[in-house]
Amino acid sequence: MASSTALEAMTMGTAAELAAQEFTCVVERHRPQIFRFLLASTRDVDLAETLTQECFLKAHRNWGSFRGESTAMTWLMRIAINLQKDHWRNRRMQFWRQTRTNSVDLDEASEWLPSGERSAEQKLLAKEQVKRVWQSVKGLSERQRTVFLLRFVEEQELSEIALATGLSEGTVKAHLSRALGRVRAELGGKR
Amino acid sequence: MSLLNGWTRNRNGMREQEALDRMADGGLLDQPLDETLGQALVDFKLSVHAWSEAELGRPRMLAQGVRQRSWRLAASVALGLTLVAGGVSGGVYERHQRHESARIAAEARAAEQQRLVAAEKARQDEEDLLAKVDSDVSRETPSAMEPLAQLMAEDEVQK
Repeated sequence: MASSTALEAMTMGTAAELAAQEFTCVVERHRPQIFRFLLASTRDVDLAETLTQECFLKAHRNWGSFRGESTAMTWLMRIAINLQKDHWRNRRMQFWRQTRTNSVDLDEASEWLPSGERSAEQKLLAKEQVKRVWQSVKGLSERQRTVFLLRFVEEQELSEIALATGLSEGTVKAHLSRALGRVRAELGGKR
Repeated sequence: MSLLNGWTRNRNGMREQEALDRMADGGLLDQPLDETLGQALVDFKLSVHAWSEAELGRPRMLAQGVRQRSWRLAASVALGLTLVAGGVSGGVYERHQRHESARIAAEARAAEQQRLVAAEKARQDEEDLLAKVDSDVSRETPSAMEPLAQLMAEDEVQK
């Protein structure tokens, strides 16, 4: 009787260790992507870092209830999207909590381009185009922005976006189409 | 699986139509994805990736950030309280001033009223006095003066 209890305790301990190891792997694998999505959504490095930490904290608490119906990435992204929504909602309600946003401006966000084999003129042009895309993204609704970033920055499939956002694929397509229309208009209108 | 890899590779002369086809297959686009838009989206993606990687690699100064935020929050609360206190005291002072002005005006009105009443009373007294003088002056001629009075009357008749 005593030996079976000890065996059970050992098995449970091993299972917990395995789950912890598994979760550590998940964090290492998906943290950059979650941070990147939140950074692109908020343009605020500190906020993106905070929300990423909250996302993994929440995921850790609920890791036991994750049944693998979707990929871990989709599940984490769903948590991140909800945290971001909550943040904006709280911020609207408690506007006095922070006097100003820490979001970087569009010029600063557009500075980041990998140094490929481009001429100075090509780099300038690319920077200008990126700035216009940022400009369009800034003007999108929250849903449109989320869908747009998941598709064109995270390169997720429509079905994954639908799962992560809780929208139907048709709605995702509609949001994406409108978002893309705005980007196209921004690029075309100022060309 | 990359949506925009076609465009990325296109820079190096590879598979430029792939991304367009895949997007069109997804039924996302009413219009074909032109080169400018495709390239802008690729650059945007690369830009976000580069930014994110740079920020992830940078050592974070969380304590300082928190401290800065706390200071900012404290400063904003202090500023807000100052503004509220200023607004309230300004309002109270304004109200007090208004009351004071009203009181002074009321006093001035009462004084004016009293002055008018006093003037009216003085005028009335003066009129009474004059009437009394008139009545005193117009008393009957004393008997000793009666002959003179008759003479005056005759003179007036002769004229």
